Amino acid sequence: MSIIMAFIIGGLICLVGQLIMDLTPYKVTPAHILVGFVTGGAVLSALGLYGPLVKIGGAGATIPISGFGHLLAQGTLEAVRAKGLLGAFTGGITAGAAGIAAAVIFGFCMAVLFNPRG
Amino acid sequence: MSAPKRVGQHTLQFANPPVIVATASVVGPKEGEGPLGQTFDIVIDDSYFGEETWEKAERKMLEEAVKLVVAKAQLKPQDIDFLLAGDLLNQTISANYAARTLGIPFLGLYGACSTMYEGMALAAMLIDGGFAHHVVAACSSHYDTAERQYRFPTEQGVQRPPTAQWTVTGAGAVLMAPVGNGPRITHATIGRVLDVGIKDPTDMGSAMAPAAVDTIIRHFQDTSRGPIDYDLIITGDLGRVGHEIATKLLGEQKYDVSHNYSDCGILIYDHERQDTHAGGSGCACSAVVFAGHLMGKLNEGRYKRILGVGTGALLSTTATQQGESIPGIGHGVVIEKLG
Amino acid sequence: MADSKQPGPPKKPLTLAEQVMQQKQTYDQQAYQRLADGVKPRHNVLVNALNAFWVGGSIAALAQIITLIFIATGANPQDASTAATIIMVFLGAFMTGLGIYDEIGKVAGAGSIIPITGFANSIVAPAMEYKREGFVFGVAARMFTIAGPVLVYGFVVSVLIGLIAYFLK
Repeated sequence: MSIIMAFIIGGLICLVGQLIMDLTPYKVTPAHILVGFVTGGAVLSALGLYGPLVKIGGAGATIPISGFGHLLAQGTLEAVRAKGLLGAFTGGITAGAAGIAAAVIFGFCMAVLFNPRG
Repeated sequence: MSAPKRVGQHTLQFANPPVIVATASVVGPKEGEGPLGQTFDIVIDDSYFGEETWEKAERKMLEEAVKLVVAKAQLKPQDIDFLLAGDLLNQTISANYAARTLGIPFLGLYGACSTMYEGMALAAMLIDGGFAHHVVAACSSHYDTAERQYRFPTEQGVQRPPTAQWTVTGAGAVLMAPVGNGPRITHATIGRVLDVGIKDPTDMGSAMAPAAVDTIIRHFQDTSRGPIDYDLIITGDLGRVGHEIATKLLGEQKYDVSHNYSDCGILIYDHERQDTHAGGSGCACSAVVFAGHLMGKLNEGRYKRILGVGTGALLSTTATQQGESIPGIGHGVVIEKLG
Repeated sequence: MADSKQPGPPKKPLTLAEQVMQQKQTYDQQAYQRLADGVKPRHNVLVNALNAFWVGGSIAALAQIITLIFIATGANPQDASTAATIIMVFLGAFMTGLGIYDEIGKVAGAGSIIPITGFANSIVAPAMEYKREGFVFGVAARMFTIAGPVLVYGFVVSVLIGLIAYFLK
């Protein structure tokens, strides 16, 4: 059941992104989409709107890049509660550490191992 | 001071029309599979062409095309007085480095995708002016080098919009001389840079079409000719979008080109089968279609007189990111098979 | 005062001829844009949306399956989710290396950009492409062409959120 919900929520988030790319008159590149969804996810999360989505969709809400924004925002909020002002600076990056490290390490390894095929 | 070799406002009329002695084309695998695949001299089977990088592969294609055209004319590189060449890469490295290998006196050109026609017009001027016996005009482009310079890394998962065009991997070379057998260049109409405010770098057909139309109309006015005087009017790489716009714009000016107007970017790929969206583009697009397909038809006598218009979108990623619109240019050259 | 004048040196007033030219030029550009828009082929919005939906959904569903497997082996949900994220990043990077991810992207669009696998793709693609320019200025520097902005704005927003939360308390 949770797999189906992940499919639906994950699909819907991507659908929104696709509609933004296709229906707006601006030239929306993947970079714009990724930046927009990270910040959007973080803001929604801080307003308490993204948490419920994660409860319903599981990976469907955490795997889209907006879930990364959610992770950053929740990490920051928790750290602010625990450590005060210092937490505002450490919380987000600590929470996102696993994803960032994985992306950099795997990215580097793949770049060393493979050549582009064109 | 009158200029005896000019007609009208912007058109050159050559006193002794230079002869296109030979042409050569080298293309990538995708172009080889396209509808014109049979007309090219060399089809490489791998976009690296045995080199480490795509930039080196592009340079090698250009070198091979020039060597081949010289060999076809039964000449040696030292017999060539000028090499006029260019490409799309920053500082036109393909042409510069190919010229390093070839050792022919070299004039580097940049006209974006119009480079082949710019080179042919200049070569004709050098020959008719009495400055040269043999001139080679050449240019190259490569899908993968252009993608990474102008757009995204090739392995990035992006969707190409339907107006996007596919950069032709290939190189074309044309060898011209004052005398000989072959079609002749009788006129050239040099393009003006025209900017109609298109800002979308994935829609170059729309950006270039007005410049091509401007050149065609000026050519007709200068020479008192019309579409009916040509067996074929062919633009460089407007693609399907630009072709349709150009047809409409010419129609508005009462020039009916619906029967004899085509575009190299449309001819080179089978758009249903090859997923090339609006068609081909790049310096090599007009170069290899001319060197292969058009030259074949001219030599067969299928076409007696054609007007080729090389079209270029003079954009750069820096200018685009700073919000500049895309200027376009079109150079017209008349090629005639006499007798 | 309803003074709408902008600060700075006053602009030189245009002559009438210049004004006419300027108006004509903007009119020409608009008219041309309309003509071009009439000719341009359109995205098939419905097909694109459907593809984005099912590909994005499938990637999320796969991640959910991986999460469930980790939970079944005794991990707590938080760690299971983190581990699934790391595996998805690996898969995205690996498929980019194999040259598969860009083929998926052609069809799926946002469906393969927005999931974390797309983030991995945006790191590997330039890193791989610029390897020929060396390991410092090529691989390492280009890696962050797209990931850099994502991290910058992610961090900026998260710190801002932290500051707001701190001072609102």
